[in-house]
Amino acid sequence: MAAAEGKIDPMHQFMIEPLFGQRLMVGGYDLSFTNSALWMVLTLGLVWLFMLGGMKRELVPGRWQAAVEGVTGFISGMMNTNIGPEGKKYTPYVFSLFMFILIANLLGLLPIGIIPGLHAFTVTSQFTITGVLAILSFSIVLIVGFRRHGFHFFSLFIPHGTPKGMIPLIAPIEFISFMVRPFSLGLRLFVAMIAGHILMKVFGSFIITGINGGIGYSLLVSLPSLALIVGISALELLVSAIQAYVFALLTSLYLNDAINLH
Amino acid sequence: MDFESARLIGAGLAAIGVGTAAIGVGIVFGSFLESALRNPAAADGQQGRLFIGFAAAELLGLIAFTIAILLLFVVQPA
Repeated sequence: MAAAEGKIDPMHQFMIEPLFGQRLMVGGYDLSFTNSALWMVLTLGLVWLFMLGGMKRELVPGRWQAAVEGVTGFISGMMNTNIGPEGKKYTPYVFSLFMFILIANLLGLLPIGIIPGLHAFTVTSQFTITGVLAILSFSIVLIVGFRRHGFHFFSLFIPHGTPKGMIPLIAPIEFISFMVRPFSLGLRLFVAMIAGHILMKVFGSFIITGINGGIGYSLLVSLPSLALIVGISALELLVSAIQAYVFALLTSLYLNDAINLH
Repeated sequence: MDFESARLIGAGLAAIGVGTAAIGVGIVFGSFLESALRNPAAADGQQGRLFIGFAAAELLGLIAFTIAILLLFVVQPA
């Protein structure tokens, strides 16, 4: 974490590095097992464990099953209000998306950095990850839309009741706002995560430099920074949940466009 | 003005955009709360729309933040 000249580089936490020292090159591609891959596997394992506890299908749910049913009920309720009964088919996809993003966000916030040699890595702070998730959502929207409506899907670009003269004006705007969706979907999650983590690292470096400066600076700088970092951590937990929810919500809305047109 | 100072000033100006997005998010949640207190029965049904508005307002601030980061870490002197 600490770079040269004793300064703390807030961007270093986003570096993707191979875990076991050397890179594994296959046909010109770098396929080494990186810290990003490790945290994705951890996320997957946690989601799997969480779901395993809820799949017992007992008639009277225990605590764990109640928690899992709460999340699944939340997502299927969201799909039902946004899409209607047709949305049931896509609930598993949106649910996996929500759980993966939520758990990845929360894992990235784990304070395991206090153990020397360990660093938490936020998978969702990489645009490659969030961008691929967004492209996945967007391609599902395109495939579903074209399969259900054929070329009639293009009527999405002309809202109901548009006057004839306005169509050349409205259609390009609707088209641009449609094409920008995967970009904005991926960008929102990635930037929200990266901003929060930079903020926390910056305040963390304030604490360390304050303590290094002696007792006066410790009281003046480090203590308020510590108080702030506690507040920011709480805010980041909220942001993690909100961003996962927003990603799932927007995916369901875009699916609604593809299924029901508008 | 040399390149480095122009870059830092540009990044600082981009940070203004993040603050304006904060105003936008405040308006979204403030108006929601205002109308939710008038008609609490209808508030729960509008939560999806609340978060859509929040996401739209927030995105613009995050784009401003992206511009600042691009200026700081990506833009190099020609």
